[in-house]
Amino acid sequence: MKELKTAKINPTQAWQEYPAGLEINEPGTSILNKTGEWRTKIPYWDQTKCKQCLLCTPYCPDSSIPVVDGKRQDFDYDHCKGCGICYSVCPFKAIRWEEV
Amino acid sequence: MSIKDRMSGNEAIATAMRQINPDVFAMFPITPSTEIPQYFAQYVADGQADTEFITVESEHSSLSACMGAEAAGCRAVTATSSAGLSYMNEILYVVASARLPVVMAVATRALTGPININHDYSDSMAERDSGFIQIYSENNQEAYDNYLQAHRIGEHPDVRLPVMICEEGFITSHALENILLEEDDAVKKFVGEYHPENYLLNREAPLAVGPYGVSSYYMEARVAQAEAMKAAKRVILEVAEDFERTFGRHYSFFEEYRMGDAEIALVLMGSSAGTARESVDELREQGVKCGLIKVRVFRPFPAEELAAALQNCKAVAVLDKSEGFSANGGPLYAETAAGCVNMDKRPKLVDIVYGLGGRDFTVEQGIRVLRRLEKIAATGETGPVYTHMGQRDLREEVQ
Repeated sequence: MKELKTAKINPTQAWQEYPAGLEINEPGTSILNKTGEWRTKIPYWDQTKCKQCLLCTPYCPDSSIPVVDGKRQDFDYDHCKGCGICYSVCPFKAIRWEEV
Repeated sequence: MSIKDRMSGNEAIATAMRQINPDVFAMFPITPSTEIPQYFAQYVADGQADTEFITVESEHSSLSACMGAEAAGCRAVTATSSAGLSYMNEILYVVASARLPVVMAVATRALTGPININHDYSDSMAERDSGFIQIYSENNQEAYDNYLQAHRIGEHPDVRLPVMICEEGFITSHALENILLEEDDAVKKFVGEYHPENYLLNREAPLAVGPYGVSSYYMEARVAQAEAMKAAKRVILEVAEDFERTFGRHYSFFEEYRMGDAEIALVLMGSSAGTARESVDELREQGVKCGLIKVRVFRPFPAEELAAALQNCKAVAVLDKSEGFSANGGPLYAETAAGCVNMDKRPKLVDIVYGLGGRDFTVEQGIRVLRRLEKIAATGETGPVYTHMGQRDLREEVQ
């Protein structure tokens, strides 16, 4: 992936170092936004109970349950907002949902 | 060669717009600025301008449309007055903070209430902290000339701020006066074309405008905006100098009239200056050392320059044509006083709020104020600092 100039912008810089009006001068910068920080509860995946039925994946509103070769992987905690829907729909109690 | 003509302030501004031929004009009508888009619609219909003329459903929308157009890389303009300007309030700040140099003509008019369509500066002064550059015009000629300078000031890379060109509702907007217009080609050459560094329609360099600014970025954005407003002072003078070289008419932050040896002075804005010059002249004939300063640029406020111009005065009256309800005087007084406060030697200052909702200002009133300043200069006693003038009042002492 192309390196984003915006990735270098951070809150230690002086006002002179930012573009006027805080314009963002490149596309696709939302990838830098780690929305997982918003979480107040967190799901945990128990591989010993998981049957790989994949019901959790389509229910996840943030596409935070990656699937590789037909098998779910661990949560993408950079983007999981901890809504708990996966925990509710799992038929095998293979997902715990706990306070952060 | 300048062209001698006669027209209203609204037609003068519409003419300037036609000559500049902006990309977008988004409009919603409101008295007394309505004629500006009305004239301009005729120019578009007659093929004299190829501007995209958008009739929207409100002033909130007209400025929003201008903002979108300007962000897209267009030169966008609008015109409004009074409640229309108030209705734009939210977007004024958005346009300014996104650093988009929209240019807006304001035919200044009182704000309700009571409801009133005549001139004072209630509307534009209510938006003095919106981040717009504000330039005020004494007459039709100045409305035209100020408009011709507006785009170059706002679009300068060190500034990038929207601009309000203010004329006075009915007094200048509708009264016909002699005027010197410039030739279309000369105007186009002076104003130039708008080529922003970044713009939304540039598919080679995609752009996002107006992002959310969390606490760790907001203040930096505001400081940058404040510095841009400071930088506008230099650019305003540079553009004025080039305007004078090109068209021969002189402009600065303010105009000084008979201030050379003045011991007492008036500070005011707009068409009242024409009346007050007569007051000054009459008293000068009687040997009174008096003068006046007409403020043209209110944002950015030329505080240091104004203070320097007033430093040899003993007493100064600021005439405010809007009532800020601060119980401490109007906005022009507050700025003037703030500008003078750190001078070692400074004049006594009083504020007089006058001319609200179209109330007339007379030569005799100007003389009365100057006579009062003579007394203040002689005694060092200001008396009441903040008063009104021109109202019917049972308290004789305040008149």
